[in-house]
Amino acid sequence: MSLALPAPDITRAITRISHEILERNSGSDSITLLGIPTRGAHLAKRIAQVIEGIEKVPVQVGTLDITLHRDDLRTRPPRALMPTLIPSLGVEGRNVVLIDDVLFSGRTIRAALDALGEIGRPKSVQLAVLVDRGHRELPIRADFVGKNLPTSIDQSVVVHLSELDGSDEVLIEGGAK
Amino acid sequence: MKHLLSINDLSKAQAIAILDTAQELARVSDGPMKKLPTLRGRTIVNLFAEDSTRTRISFEAAAKRLSADVINFSAKGSSISKGESLKDTAQTLQAMGADAVIIRHGASGAAQRLADSKWMSGAVINAGDGTHEHPSQALLDAFTIRKHLAKSAQDLNGIKVVIVGDVLHSRVARSNVLLLAKLGADVTLVAPPTLLPVGVESWPCKVSYDFDSALVEADAVMMLRIQLERMSELFFPNAREYSRYFGLNGDRVKLLKPTTLVMHPGPMNRGLEITADAADGARSVIVEQVSNGVSVRMAILYMLLAGAPEDDLAGVNKEMGAML
Repeated sequence: MSLALPAPDITRAITRISHEILERNSGSDSITLLGIPTRGAHLAKRIAQVIEGIEKVPVQVGTLDITLHRDDLRTRPPRALMPTLIPSLGVEGRNVVLIDDVLFSGRTIRAALDALGEIGRPKSVQLAVLVDRGHRELPIRADFVGKNLPTSIDQSVVVHLSELDGSDEVLIEGGAK
Repeated sequence: MKHLLSINDLSKAQAIAILDTAQELARVSDGPMKKLPTLRGRTIVNLFAEDSTRTRISFEAAAKRLSADVINFSAKGSSISKGESLKDTAQTLQAMGADAVIIRHGASGAAQRLADSKWMSGAVINAGDGTHEHPSQALLDAFTIRKHLAKSAQDLNGIKVVIVGDVLHSRVARSNVLLLAKLGADVTLVAPPTLLPVGVESWPCKVSYDFDSALVEADAVMMLRIQLERMSELFFPNAREYSRYFGLNGDRVKLLKPTTLVMHPGPMNRGLEITADAADGARSVIVEQVSNGVSVRMAILYMLLAGAPEDDLAGVNKEMGAML
């Protein structure tokens, strides 16, 4: 097990992603941040806080549960559903930024796009992730990446956030060194 | 959990998991798109050998919102009315590839028989078997009570529920007593002695013959239908006397606490166990029970059908064990 991102790097990455989101969308008026539970939801809250600190206006932030849209439901025991909280302005015509902790196969994001499509038609959908570890199985890429972590397929990337796990860190586990 | 036959099949944690799932799914039902792809390609059969309005259309709506294919099958208009046995019917459904069968049957234990037999491999959901159980109704009642009254978002600790009427013939009462007690509610049954089953003293609830004293304390009052179709003998002198002692009317509603819920699983005998002003009054959640029923049944179908079949999982676990 090795430490890939210590806490200060995570904070810097979140700050940079927040600035990049603002730059790309010319401010925070048109954006809606949707975190994918569980850790993506906490990252979304942190990014929203940073953006509010810069722009001094409230940001539309919520969560989007994708469980019901997963394509691997039938290979695992039933999963508990997490809350989907769409902020007051909805997604219609907004620049939606999906936020997740790790981008891997891309299947979670595919499911998120489906889930989003059921709620409305955003003007655009962007993707922000803390870690991109490669090994995509679908043609999906992130717009905002905290850190590209080259990994082998038999390793796993574990993200800890202080809200849930007591500390901020990204670890790489397993695999042949 | 492969089948849902009785509330006894559920642990407290599983029951709470179903209610939590239903709560999330209710948001979908309130949203603009009421359809989810979760059970696409699965076939669900509604096998109703006894009449039903709410339960059947509620399961049908739930299955359709999860994109399952639904085959409706009722005794009238099928070969059951020609005398086909449950076994032959089940084998037919198996041959058609049913992933789940929702069964309502007049015989207590019919769902259990279907689940225990090797006639079919799909999941069996009990939608009411004789005078035995009706677990999905109990879950939607618990969901409704929890939504309105529960202090914690979890169980029903300390909530006082009074269930009144024809307990003897009521599968709803049986499932509700088991589930509400499991979730920590304080359940009191109120009925004339003739309409209480033998052995009721062993149920996890209190029994009273006096409605007026029981209703003062109640947080929810659940009225049961007098099931005239199951009554071959006389259980009370006449309808007027029953209504006077055990019916919920406007005067009794006034004795309730301001937050008390008035519930009825339907169909109602208006004027017998409940008067129109009580059934349609401000405290009545009878119509809401029906819409909650769809969310709860979606949750049940999700829990039973969305994941991997248990036999497959055993295989996966073995594989993983070998790897470790």
